[in-house]
Amino acid sequence: MNGPILRMQGIEKNFSGVKALDGVSIEVERGKVHGICGENGAGKSTLMKVLSGVYPHGSYEGRIEFEGEETTFRSINDSEDVGIVIIHQELALSPYLSIAENIFLGNENSNRGVIDWNKTNLEASSLLARVGLDESPATKVLELGVGKQQLVEIAKALSKRVKLLILDEPTAALNDEDSDHLLDLIEHLRGQGITCIIISHKLKEIRRIADTVTVIRDGKTIETIDMHGPDATQARIIRSMVGRDLNSMFPPRDPKIGAEILRVEDWTVYHPVDTSRKVVDNASFTVRAGEVVGFAGLMGAGRTELAMSIFGRSYGTNISGRVYKNGEEISVRTVEAAIKNGIAYATEDRKKYGLNLIGDITVNVSAAALATLAKYGVIDRHREYKVAESYRTRMNIKAPSVSAITGKLSGGNQQKVVLSKWIFAGPDILFLDEPTRGIDVGAKYEIYGIINELAAAGKAVVVISSELPELLGISDRIYAISDGRITGEVAGADATQESLMHYMTAGKD
Amino acid sequence: MTTTTPATRKPRLAINFRQYGILAALVVIIVLFQILTNGRLLLPGNVNNLIQQNAYVLILAVGMVVVIIAGHIDLSVGSVVAMVGAVSAIATNVWGFPWWASVLLALLVGALVGAWQGFWVAFVGIPAFIVTLAGMLIFRGLTLVLLTGGTISGLPDEFTAIGAGWLPGFLGELGGRDVLTLGLGLLTSVALVVQQLRSRATLRRLELPRETLTQLWLKNGIAVVAIMWLAWLLSGYSGTPIILIILAVLILLYTFMLNQTVFGRHVYAIGGNLFAAMMSGVKTKWVNFYVFVNMGVLAGLAGVVSTARAGGAVASAGQNYELDAIAAVFIGGAAVQGGIGTVVGAIVGGLVMGVLNMGLSILSVDAAWQMTIKGLVLLLAVAFDIFNKRRSGGR
Repeated sequence: MNGPILRMQGIEKNFSGVKALDGVSIEVERGKVHGICGENGAGKSTLMKVLSGVYPHGSYEGRIEFEGEETTFRSINDSEDVGIVIIHQELALSPYLSIAENIFLGNENSNRGVIDWNKTNLEASSLLARVGLDESPATKVLELGVGKQQLVEIAKALSKRVKLLILDEPTAALNDEDSDHLLDLIEHLRGQGITCIIISHKLKEIRRIADTVTVIRDGKTIETIDMHGPDATQARIIRSMVGRDLNSMFPPRDPKIGAEILRVEDWTVYHPVDTSRKVVDNASFTVRAGEVVGFAGLMGAGRTELAMSIFGRSYGTNISGRVYKNGEEISVRTVEAAIKNGIAYATEDRKKYGLNLIGDITVNVSAAALATLAKYGVIDRHREYKVAESYRTRMNIKAPSVSAITGKLSGGNQQKVVLSKWIFAGPDILFLDEPTRGIDVGAKYEIYGIINELAAAGKAVVVISSELPELLGISDRIYAISDGRITGEVAGADATQESLMHYMTAGKD
Repeated sequence: MTTTTPATRKPRLAINFRQYGILAALVVIIVLFQILTNGRLLLPGNVNNLIQQNAYVLILAVGMVVVIIAGHIDLSVGSVVAMVGAVSAIATNVWGFPWWASVLLALLVGALVGAWQGFWVAFVGIPAFIVTLAGMLIFRGLTLVLLTGGTISGLPDEFTAIGAGWLPGFLGELGGRDVLTLGLGLLTSVALVVQQLRSRATLRRLELPRETLTQLWLKNGIAVVAIMWLAWLLSGYSGTPIILIILAVLILLYTFMLNQTVFGRHVYAIGGNLFAAMMSGVKTKWVNFYVFVNMGVLAGLAGVVSTARAGGAVASAGQNYELDAIAAVFIGGAAVQGGIGTVVGAIVGGLVMGVLNMGLSILSVDAAWQMTIKGLVLLLAVAFDIFNKRRSGGR
């Protein structure tokens, strides 16, 4: 067959008067990898939901052709029937079922309702071989890491005879090694004639595997770039995405570093379940006023565990060590105590630990410092509203009002709500865990600006990040963690990705 | 996907619609039964009975909505009502306690029951469904032990007045109507309007968003008419039921508690996202504990009220009360997952059930069919709510 495998023309989609998609058109060539880039809220996910039938035919304007025929999907099942499979950012596997059971869930090899286990396991094995996952089909999914779960999702897609595979931020939760493996696999599938649409914020990955890239902004197609062409640079994509030139990825800053605020000594934490395992091993570090300190480490190195255990022992058991603030030992036994002592921790998992997603912006912003808005246990709701409104303006949170439900905001705006909450709590020390994970370039820049402001106001800021360029771009000093131990300390100006990577892999076989 | 348009009034109106949806349903049901019963539903005597007969559901619903917002459930309240009723009747008739001491004892027993269940839920971490299912059996069993299968009746008048009495009409009568009741109606209306105008003035002074004047007067107009009409009906019967005053105080108190206090906010935060609440420094265990203590106290109060109304304690009292209260809360728009719900919604939900009970009884519909119809109404109400949310929400 000739011609593009997918053609979407003039797609429009409204949500109660708000235009989420405003005439998007896109053509995907057969057997190619097609990247879709755009800021959060640009309409990428909505577009994919239109394509896969989550929003049924008739609820949007425009025309979709798949393999030359107009589609009229009424549900996800309809789109899967013709070979369009979407893998969402949040994986949808059932943890207590085996790999084989998950692969064939809803699509069981059965005879009159009785499952043929031999066939199931046999086919599962061959699918696992195809995606390069060396696990028994009988392994329970909860025993797998995120990277391997992603491969199971792809095996599941392959079992459905997928022609067009859509991956929404597939590497957002993966470490570099797993990401590499996944990208290799996508290239491999392309070799087998499977077309792939990949949505990603990581432009490096897009550059590596995409044949063409379509940039979407404010619900419109901005341009489609041939990635094999001469001017297909990262800067060009960024320019297209934000509609302006980002002179630099990081806002300029003039650090004014003061006295030491936080000192942590001999901090050791054991795993909450496997209590003989040290997750953080004798870590000591300091942070000074006005300083941005980065923590670099591979996934599972103990960065988040270190921060969470300091923040009111929210993680781990058998914690030992001492925390000093301005030279005096303080208690961080509970979250309340940590907050009272001026420590804040903005989580890496904002949906699980950071936000009340069914609550509005107001209640989320005030959540950690409600007492300051209350007298005799009664909240001054007018003041609360004004506080939330001021943060909405100051942090540039894009929402119709502070009564907007946080679950409906885009990732970048949700992150700004989390930051607002902790800034309003008035801490002296902020731990920001992956503050820019899963958010777009424009919002990242704004968040770096906020970090700079906090440092300029004399706060001690600790940033934990998986993205080394980000750490190099914003930190005054960087600690590297490997296997729960602090293996290196480098001044921001002297650090390079290579030197950090050296420390981050220290002591590993 | 989000817009950058400056503050619009849209989201506020949407919230209002959801809240008024169930109120509209109540009005429809009242009008329907008023027609079906040829006007007998709203006879003064029936309106009076509607309040006194359903007081226990409404009191329990107020406690239950807090429990459900926090993401729990309480299946034991029916048994607690029976046990507390038995304790208060024994205290009064066997131990010779004065009526007020029996009432205090009843509330104390309720609090202890709540503390017991709160301990297991909050500090041991057993799901409330299990803890209160166990409680349902435990407290029913203890009631049987206390009453040894018999009944205790012949409670003093002061005690029964709580559930079945009226405020003394010391202001006399005017044209056969109780002046005190009319006066209370008038006072409530004036207080409502003054309070609304004052809060609007504060909003304007602080330049915060507020409803339009037309909306305000329309809302208050309807409320005042409803209040005065209720007062008019009751004044022509026996006057103001004491339980109505207790209910009004509870509604005001708990609406204030949920909306304006740190404790109330913490209840919503825990139901909305337990982990996020923990990581924001909310003492989640203690909040959960007090949610159950509070439920226990209100179950105790409901026990006093239903014992007073019945004039005595029987071991079978309070059967299925937990289901009525839970139904009222969900009809009133609370979310099964927690985090969403209002006291006013729960009260309106309770009234929907009450009007159904009364209307079907007047029509002498068989008890078996009454149960069936109530079940269907619960299902439809929640289905309507989910449908509404889907249409207005998520992408």
